[in-house]
Amino acid sequence: MPIRLEMRGVRKAFGATKALRGVDLSVAPGEVMALVGENGAGKSTLMKVLSGAHLPDEGQIFLDGKAYVPGNPLHARESGVAMIYQELSLAPHLSVMENILLGIEPKRGPLLDWRAMRQRAADALREVGLEQIDPATPVQTLSIAKQQLVEIARAVALDCRVLVLDEPTSSLTLQDIEKLFALILRLKSRNISVVYISHFLEEVKRISDRFSVLRDGETVGNGITGETPVPLIISLMVGRSVDELYPRSHRTPGEVVLEVKDLAGVDKPTQASLQLRRGEVLGIAGLVGAGRTELMRAIFGLNPVVRGEIRGPASWATGAGMVSEDRKLEGLAAELSIADNLTLPLLDWWVWPSRQQRACRPWIEKIHIKCQSPGQRVAALSGGNQQKVAIARLLHADVDVLLLDEPTRGIDVGSKAQIYRLIDELALAGKAVLMISSYLPELLGTCDRIAVMCRGRLSETRERKDWDEHQLMLVATGQEER
Amino acid sequence: MKGKWLDIGGRFLALVVVFMFFAVLVEGGKFYTPRNLENLLRQSAVYGTAGLGMTLIIITGGIDLSVGSMIALSVVALSWVLNFGGSTGAAVVGGDQSAYLVYQHPVLTPILAVGAGILAATLAGLANGCMVVGMRMMPFIVTLGTMGVIRGLAKGIAHERDIYPPEATWIGGIMDPVLTSKGGAGVLLPTGVWILVAGVIVMAFVLRYTRLGRHIYAVGSNEETARLCGVKVGMTKLVVYTLAGFFCGVSGLMQFSYIGGIGQPTTAVTYELFVIAAVIIGGASFRGGEGSVLGTLIGALTITVLYAGGQQMGWPKWVQEMVIGGIIILAVALDRLRHRRVA
Repeated sequence: MPIRLEMRGVRKAFGATKALRGVDLSVAPGEVMALVGENGAGKSTLMKVLSGAHLPDEGQIFLDGKAYVPGNPLHARESGVAMIYQELSLAPHLSVMENILLGIEPKRGPLLDWRAMRQRAADALREVGLEQIDPATPVQTLSIAKQQLVEIARAVALDCRVLVLDEPTSSLTLQDIEKLFALILRLKSRNISVVYISHFLEEVKRISDRFSVLRDGETVGNGITGETPVPLIISLMVGRSVDELYPRSHRTPGEVVLEVKDLAGVDKPTQASLQLRRGEVLGIAGLVGAGRTELMRAIFGLNPVVRGEIRGPASWATGAGMVSEDRKLEGLAAELSIADNLTLPLLDWWVWPSRQQRACRPWIEKIHIKCQSPGQRVAALSGGNQQKVAIARLLHADVDVLLLDEPTRGIDVGSKAQIYRLIDELALAGKAVLMISSYLPELLGTCDRIAVMCRGRLSETRERKDWDEHQLMLVATGQEER
Repeated sequence: MKGKWLDIGGRFLALVVVFMFFAVLVEGGKFYTPRNLENLLRQSAVYGTAGLGMTLIIITGGIDLSVGSMIALSVVALSWVLNFGGSTGAAVVGGDQSAYLVYQHPVLTPILAVGAGILAATLAGLANGCMVVGMRMMPFIVTLGTMGVIRGLAKGIAHERDIYPPEATWIGGIMDPVLTSKGGAGVLLPTGVWILVAGVIVMAFVLRYTRLGRHIYAVGSNEETARLCGVKVGMTKLVVYTLAGFFCGVSGLMQFSYIGGIGQPTTAVTYELFVIAAVIIGGASFRGGEGSVLGTLIGALTITVLYAGGQQMGWPKWVQEMVIGGIIILAVALDRLRHRRVA
């Protein structure tokens, strides 16, 4: 069997972080190859290498037997490698045909050949089963599912040989998923190779011919999907040992401080109930996009609540505080000082900068924020120290309920260990901690109880000892209804 | 903190350099006579006072293009009330039916007039704020619209004519030069300039030492962070736009006096550009989160010195305009360079 796309020993490092540590992948023409792995396993970096956004440090890539070194995304497209990202990359104000033929517009002399454009767009739309759509429709009037098909039509119009789909079903309804699968089968019959990236193993099982597992930037296994049981794939995905990173004192949970009943937000969550007790750490596992952040934001009043009930502290004034998953966009005002960031939630009518700074000093010392002074700009700090400022904000406000969304994302191991220790201390002191994390060992290491979010629904909460990575992954990928 | 004073110092130095440039080149030392210095301050007062509000708005990441119109509205509302209470002279509007109180206590008339001028502009600012916050519209678009609406309102109230108050009141004198007149030596500077000084001190204090001030910076620096930290983002913006209206109202009193005590509905056209320029030269950033009232004061002085200097050098108008435009671009370019160094 000839090989369409082959990657051998691809490596890529960003500074000290090794994002890819040896990836091997081969896809035959007309084959659907599933690429699976946990969050942060290196899938998106791999895609960026394929699309020419990053150059690999080492390794070789071949396309139909010829060396393929994409210098930029345009080059990748011209070579016949098309990417469909989770975040669609269409120009919303332009029409369907303009989007499909963007950059390869047919021309007659210096002018656009609108008739040829319409024709070619209509052909591409027919290929993806969207013949009922007028090519002149503005893209923004279409549903997300149809926009995705338009993007695939663009790939078809480019005569792509390899189509990479990144989590294509994450925002689709069941009906649309069926349509997408039908289309993938049609593309297969046209000898197009498909690389299908997904967390959802039941989809992988259904649509793919072969699979390849990525873990910590490395290919750790592959095989024929039909011959491999799902639990085996999962154990390949998570196969790690929990290290000694996580201190856990003996904690005895107290009374319930925060209760969430049948909560539903605008889009997500669709159904979530939980009880958070004093002196415990409650973890929320789940895949990116499952609705975990939306749940936390709804509890904290940042997202509207459509249905359900929240009882207990859910704002700064009533004794709750939240750490955002995105330090840069939401968590911190980078141009303001540490002192300003730390004291922002609870300022008196009069603010004395010297007092503000004095109030910060104990926290800076206690959780070891490396800085010159409390007056220093947050932007000047390292990621780990920035995150400590975001957490210190909660400590300073002395809240009873701590809502932590990915509290250790993107920080060094040393800072992570300090944050785990801090969470343990807080729980021991009788605070209630609700923590979202995509990193399963972290959840199993720090939490007392864990619930799992899958497609907007929160599972029942179970004791940590009743969970293992395998179980968490099963529920998170929708294999098991809880 | 040290960095901030260094920054203000640098801007002050630039002002001094610009001033020295004209001081040397304008012949006969006319540029630094006490009288000219006082004139520069008088001219700066109008921009500077309106600039206080604009500083707040730009710190929150917004913009207000309706400044000139709000100043005109204040001027017109003020003159209208003066005329309303006035019993003599050629009243243009409403002269015959007046409140009993005003007749009995003529001393109230100018006070009411001042109140009306400030109130009218404050309400206009509040309207700007309501649209920006309540309807989530871009401040640029909202105030581009209200620039026309408010100007039209001012013209409508004045029936598209200048309003001549029946008699001179103390309002007309708040910007009168005092250095060269006999009676005023004791107060050193015109009342209007003192009002500006007081405004700068109060607003500098508000920005640095009150919760409102810290919230204004937080909203401008990262609105999402502010929301996460429980800051009432909408309310903060509403207050800021309303305060901007208030300061335009005060600025309108000065403008009224400056143009000779006439209620001119077409006054202060394009002032928004000078005011925005003053704020930007003063170190504020359109991305929000940065800016200071002291910087704006220096910016207003710089603009005035450039303007007056160009005039007194006898430069043609087109040269003056090009120089001022060039200086604004230069100031922003220098800021960008400085930022890149820091980052």
